[in-house]
Amino acid sequence: MFVINCPYCGERDQSEFSCGGEAHIVRPKQPTELSDDEWAEYLFMRKNIKGVQFERWNHAHGCRKWFNMVRDTSNDKIHAVYKMGEKPPVI
Amino acid sequence: MTKYRINKTRFVDQTKTVSFTFDCKEYHGFKGDTLASALLSNGIHLVGRSFKYHRPRGIMSCGSEEPNAICQINADTNLTEPNVRATEVELYEGLRASSQNCWPSLNFDIGGINNLISPFIPAGFYYKTFMWPKSFWKKIYEPLIRLSAGLGKSPSQPDPDIYDHKHEHCDVLIIGGGISGIISAKIAAKNNLKTILIEDKNILGGSTIYQNNKNFIIDNKKSNEWLMNEISELEKLDNLIIKTRTSLAAFHSYNYLLAKENISDHLPLDKKNGDIRQRLWKIRADKVIVAAGAIERPLIFNNNDRPGIMLANSVKRYLDFYGVSTGLNNIIFTNNDSAYETAVSLFEKGISVKIIDIRKKSSSNIVKNAEDLGIRIYWNSTVVNTFGYKKIKSIEIMNLSEDGSNVTGNKHKIQCDCLSISGGWTPMVHMHTQSGGKLDFREIDQVFVPSEKSENHINVGSCNGDFELEEIVKNTNNKVKKFLNISKSGFDKISVLCSKELEKKNIWLLPNTISESKTKSFIDFQNDSTAKDIKLALREGFKSIEHVKRYTTTGMATDQGKLSNMHALGIIADTAGVKMGTLGTTTFRPPFTPLTFGAIVGRSVGKFFDVVRKTSIHEWHVQNNAKFENVGQWKRPWYYPINNENLHEAVQRESKTARDSAGILDASTLGKIDIQGSDASEFLNRVYTNAWSKLGIGKCRYGLMLNEDGMVYDDGVTTRLGENHYLMTTTTGGAANVLSKLEDYLQTEWPELDVYLTSVTDHYSTASICGPNSKKILKKLFPNKDFSDEAFPHMSYQDAIIDKIECRIMRISFTGELSYEINIESKYGKSLWENCIKAGEEYKITPYGTETMHLLRAEKGFIIVGQDTDGTMTPIDLQMDWIVSKKKYDFIGKRSLYRSDTIREDRKQLVGLLTDDPNEILEEGAQIVSELDKKPVEMIGHVTSSYFSPNLNKSIALAVVKGGKKMKGQKLFVPMENKNINVTVSDFIFLDKENKRINA
Ligand SMILES: [Zn+2]
Repeated sequence: MFVINCPYCGERDQSEFSCGGEAHIVRPKQPTELSDDEWAEYLFMRKNIKGVQFERWNHAHGCRKWFNMVRDTSNDKIHAVYKMGEKPPVI
Repeated sequence: MTKYRINKTRFVDQTKTVSFTFDCKEYHGFKGDTLASALLSNGIHLVGRSFKYHRPRGIMSCGSEEPNAICQINADTNLTEPNVRATEVELYEGLRASSQNCWPSLNFDIGGINNLISPFIPAGFYYKTFMWPKSFWKKIYEPLIRLSAGLGKSPSQPDPDIYDHKHEHCDVLIIGGGISGIISAKIAAKNNLKTILIEDKNILGGSTIYQNNKNFIIDNKKSNEWLMNEISELEKLDNLIIKTRTSLAAFHSYNYLLAKENISDHLPLDKKNGDIRQRLWKIRADKVIVAAGAIERPLIFNNNDRPGIMLANSVKRYLDFYGVSTGLNNIIFTNNDSAYETAVSLFEKGISVKIIDIRKKSSSNIVKNAEDLGIRIYWNSTVVNTFGYKKIKSIEIMNLSEDGSNVTGNKHKIQCDCLSISGGWTPMVHMHTQSGGKLDFREIDQVFVPSEKSENHINVGSCNGDFELEEIVKNTNNKVKKFLNISKSGFDKISVLCSKELEKKNIWLLPNTISESKTKSFIDFQNDSTAKDIKLALREGFKSIEHVKRYTTTGMATDQGKLSNMHALGIIADTAGVKMGTLGTTTFRPPFTPLTFGAIVGRSVGKFFDVVRKTSIHEWHVQNNAKFENVGQWKRPWYYPINNENLHEAVQRESKTARDSAGILDASTLGKIDIQGSDASEFLNRVYTNAWSKLGIGKCRYGLMLNEDGMVYDDGVTTRLGENHYLMTTTTGGAANVLSKLEDYLQTEWPELDVYLTSVTDHYSTASICGPNSKKILKKLFPNKDFSDEAFPHMSYQDAIIDKIECRIMRISFTGELSYEINIESKYGKSLWENCIKAGEEYKITPYGTETMHLLRAEKGFIIVGQDTDGTMTPIDLQMDWIVSKKKYDFIGKRSLYRSDTIREDRKQLVGLLTDDPNEILEEGAQIVSELDKKPVEMIGHVTSSYFSPNLNKSIALAVVKGGKKMKGQKLFVPMENKNINVTVSDFIFLDKENKRINA
């Protein structure tokens, strides 16, 4: 079980958090302009990398804030956490 | 003293006799014994039967690796525990133990016949057999297997014990209280680090605590005496917590560990007193030092499983720790020096002992010690067979060929009553790998050792592959200092003398004269897999160790292959001609030793199993005979039977009264979200399918919420309380998820919106009054309010006051009747409800529960999200096109509503179903077909809601049917087990299509 450093609360047990999948998938501003394939790309396609992955996490049983986290899925090492809207760090 | 209790030790109190029973016969042991040592002191080796062949099996080890001595404790009581290792059970007065896996008895076991037919029970037996004839399965195979097989019996009564969980944080956690653990603990604690030391046995010291051999000297003292002294110093340190009887169960990432502490398992039954039995420690440690030790390996030769064949170091522990000799005529069979310590110890106590060694020689101190004592050693020899059914009687040995691949010369028979075997040592790397650590293979002594990469944990002592006392002490000191960043310790100038092993040799499967197919060389003792099973699996094409393991069941018994995994790997490597290090190991999964369910669930049992949410009106429901239904965590009144009414009768009455006069529903459980902010209207526009900008203040609107994939997610009425203030209601079960989803969009997609969400579900109680007389009842409750349709129209809200308490009245309806919902601060909910009941008395107002609520809305064709939808229904499928705004540019899920898949015309669509027989009620979930003769039967939909409507006096149902929109009037069938029910597709609004009752 990880220890996650919530950008708002500090270090807490993983059990307080929920994972929201891949980060930096922006909801299209003009969905109606998109073809079925383009919309499907946004809606369904996720990378699920073995290695360094950018993820969304929510401090569900804490401050309820969403934030981003960089985690190596092969060894669960957390490289960085950063607030929504902030630039992803270069890992 | 019995004739096997030949030694007095400081660990067993021979002045305190303890009586216990094994298989109903009474025996005596002493305080400090384990069940295993007490049985051995009574000369008992035979304790169980093996799983597959039902071969007699004896105690083999002295710890958690025990494969054979698996017992049922306190059978036939609610305290019974199956599959307990006798080697780990501390003896207490009145303990009742019994053997398992034998029927009718341990000494005469019918399953023993499996041993005779064993040539027909090869690897994969269970996958290959019992397949035919089919009729044999139920009547013959299964009952026989059930009777004779199986491990222990689970208790049939609830567990009366209490279990506990505790969270702990520390700087350093040390796993294992042997010599390396003790050195580590002392270094850590003396440097002001908050340290926890856990040890699964009841005392510290590991195997050094009884090491009295003169070849092992620390600071001029025998190693056991030196360690005893260290332990008493350790116990004085304040910032050290020592937890004995505590075994590590799991080592998760980020140094999160679970350990199980046995608190009362060792106490006599009358002293357990219903106190906490076991405690699960959840430890978060900054640094972890694993000092878990090593497990002795058996040797693999023909008939290596007879009672009386034991691991050599365990024999020494029984002798020097418990004072019990496991035999009076011993033979030690080894490939390494460590077994010589056992031989010397036996000899010094005057017990006959001989040694068989597969090596050609060894010139270490301990071997010289044995030779000097005159112990007979057979060099370059191997055991080729053993004899004795329920206890070993003799063995046959032969010389090994030059390269060890074969045997030569004559067979030589030797009598014995105990054969100690030692195939070297396996470091306990389980913890290391559980935490994500990798392993390296060390060729010289064929062991997997931890490959150190982690900054947060290290392995010390024999679990790290350090087997000799000097390297254990010195390496532990150096590694721990470096790990904890400490420059000096009290162990820096320590002097250690020990015997050093110079000659090493290992043969995974010892050679024999007889052909392999006729031998039984056991690898996994508990699951009865033999060397030839592994070879068969390889011949049949299995290559991966994980596959061989599953096919042969090697390592899959309750001991998790602690003794067998390495030999399986070694034999696979030898047979396949590959290097063992390249094979990798099977995955070591937690728990390391079995955990009780009690320890896992802790206090979360009975009423603490889950949160129970009750509305403030709950007590009234209880007093008025409500039957309850669980909706998520909520307890909701289901129906209110009067005079022995059943569900159907009560619901018919409630439904009729609600439409004929008045009904009242506790709607407090509906999710309520308070929405405020200057962009609140825009926000609702984006999350609901319909338009919200033009909703006037004081008005209510029904909204449908989709997922981004276009499927219906939730629904409910939202009220505009002010310019920038809304109150949203959600379904009872969806409340938490809806709030999370809305927060997600607000924070991540639309952070520019000025909107604040607050869950207020628990803040308000809601009484929902419906029926033609509801307006009159409201008038009685609020005499000063104008309830005319002009002043208070449908889908509007007004503030009001009752008993000086402010409340909100919404005129909204989920039944199709004229209906009002009164929201009041939760603490006044019950008094509001009682006022409503009182005011409604003259109209015979009936309280109704969820069942009637469901029936009434079904009559009107209102959907319930989660009942009539299942995450694959779009609003178009539900024929709710009217609520999907064409004008809005975007809302959650909009784009998905015209994907190629969602515009298909043959999607399942919501329809009404009427049965040809109006009294026939369909079963919810029943499948619907259009052609009965078609094969295979094509299922075109299913029933989602079904009731007998007392107001229409006929059966009605909602269903989803492929292309159902265009099927109105069509005949379909609902095939049931014994009949086909004829149905006709209808409109799904069954009652009051014109919505007249809303304003009745
Ligand atoms: Zn937080």
